[in-house]
Amino acid sequence: MAKPHPDTSVTSEVRARVEALDLPFNRYGTDAFGVSRPHLRQVLRTSGWFYRHYFRVRAHGLTNVPNRGRAMLVGNHSGGVALDAGMVITSLMLDHDPPRLAHGMIEKFIANVPFASKWASRCGQFTGLPEHALRLLEAERLLLVFPEGANGTAKLFPQRHALVKFGTGFMRLALQTRSPIVPLAFLGGGDAIPTVHNAYGLGKLFGVPYLPITPYGVPVPLPVRLDVLYGAPMLFEGDGSEDDEIIAEQVERMKKRIAELMDLGTAFRRGELRARELADLLTETRS
Amino acid sequence: MKVLIPGISGTLGQQLATRLVELGHVVEGIDSRPWPGAPNGVTVHLVDLRKRATEDVFRRLRPDAVVHMATVNHLAERGEERHRINLGGTRAVFEHCKAWGVAHCVFVGRHTYYGASPESPLYHSEDEPPMGLSTFPELADLVASDLYAGSALWRLPELTTTVLRFCYTLGPTGHGTLATFIRGGMVPAVLGFDPLFQFMHESDVVLALVTALEKRPRGVFNVAGPQPIPLSILARETGRRLMPIPEPILGRMLGHFGLPKLSPGALAHIKYAIVVDSSAFRRATGFTHLVDEAQAMFEYRQAFPHPSRRSHGGDR
Repeated sequence: MAKPHPDTSVTSEVRARVEALDLPFNRYGTDAFGVSRPHLRQVLRTSGWFYRHYFRVRAHGLTNVPNRGRAMLVGNHSGGVALDAGMVITSLMLDHDPPRLAHGMIEKFIANVPFASKWASRCGQFTGLPEHALRLLEAERLLLVFPEGANGTAKLFPQRHALVKFGTGFMRLALQTRSPIVPLAFLGGGDAIPTVHNAYGLGKLFGVPYLPITPYGVPVPLPVRLDVLYGAPMLFEGDGSEDDEIIAEQVERMKKRIAELMDLGTAFRRGELRARELADLLTETRS
Repeated sequence: MKVLIPGISGTLGQQLATRLVELGHVVEGIDSRPWPGAPNGVTVHLVDLRKRATEDVFRRLRPDAVVHMATVNHLAERGEERHRINLGGTRAVFEHCKAWGVAHCVFVGRHTYYGASPESPLYHSEDEPPMGLSTFPELADLVASDLYAGSALWRLPELTTTVLRFCYTLGPTGHGTLATFIRGGMVPAVLGFDPLFQFMHESDVVLALVTALEKRPRGVFNVAGPQPIPLSILARETGRRLMPIPEPILGRMLGHFGLPKLSPGALAHIKYAIVVDSSAFRRATGFTHLVDEAQAMFEYRQAFPHPSRRSHGGDR
């Protein structure tokens, strides 16, 4: 169900939420992966303001995200920068009970960018290496995966509702670690950052793969309302050693489910579906 | 048990020897440096590990176990001589182990084997190859010694070989690369980076070595203690000031202005984390560290207060 957005300062809320996070923090407020309470608080104060007041994000089907234990969130990329991941993480920290930290798998180049590298890792966002994913799942964490990868964020405005090719590594990992997959659909990112062109040459100058160019030039997001839909968890059969065709089939099922969720979200955004109806559809159990 | 310790006169060698004597073992050591004040019952042979006299020590003592601690890093010894000590010495130790029927050899290695790189995983497991050599060639001889020691696992099947890759140590003796690095009042850091540092108290290093001697696990193992913490917290908790400097400038400043001297490749070690997964060693031996990170930092801080406070009667 979509949560109402109380118009209060996010600061005290963030403090309580980070405090309630069920992670093994030491006395300095850091965990074994270097996730840091003070850094999370600082980032969430900003992302929380964007979440509540700028994008006025509506999170649907939050009860589909397990309260504890390993799980993989798998969704579509929407928006030319990491807007989608940022808002998904914020929604689970602010609106999910209990708060959970989703660990995103970020692009390799970030580990080499001053400040970005430090802040990403202090907030639990690690380079997208299979070793990281495996270790986090084995530590009963929540993993956030966008199998479209960089091609997903590079989607241009006309393709904003489409899905590009999915990688398959996430599926083998989910099977290997017996992790349930929570499908998610993110809507509105392509409207918030209407990318008309990706400047790869310019991106190189800034040490990033590309820079999204919008009709107004810079990739500053517009205050467009965003929706995130969490579907019922899916548990796939297998141990990760299956043939490529079997894995591809399972990935296709996953992709289809995400596309369905995106359609539901689009219908909701157009007013064709009411919040209650959407909530009912999302809590329907699926295999 | 008769234990021979090449490298006995080093800080950790002395601590290990003292502990083993307390436990009732017969301990002898080989080192080119003397150990004045060695406890009763410990014999130190002042010979070069690569010379023939070393073999005499093996022949006479017929040790049950050898703990090879006689490797040096680029801070202690430069150039060719370091290669000779690390590779020649390690080769000699294993050859003598083979020739004189030693049952167990422990090679004391370092977690820097894995190298520091933006593309490496946060926790290293033992099956990973060394990745830091292209940027930090000064590590090559230590990495080669580690791999050479590991090759004894198949070359010398009658010898039980334990290769241990220890994380940094921190404690009141101020021994080790990390302790030396943060010795001054200001700890240099690369602006915009704050890597995790993994360290264990020196008494836990000794405990891990004693445990390895008792349990004789065969294989290559990472050894670590408490969970790693960011460099910024390490600097703060040891009473230092972190000095973040943009990387290009930092490279030029090192060795001047009271900052420690580091080779260019070593900069990666304060930019990216080297953190190891030590669960295999814990499973194989039941080892548990006793000193947590706070206590280790406290003890270091007590022993090595911030230089400007030292003259005012210590750190308060």
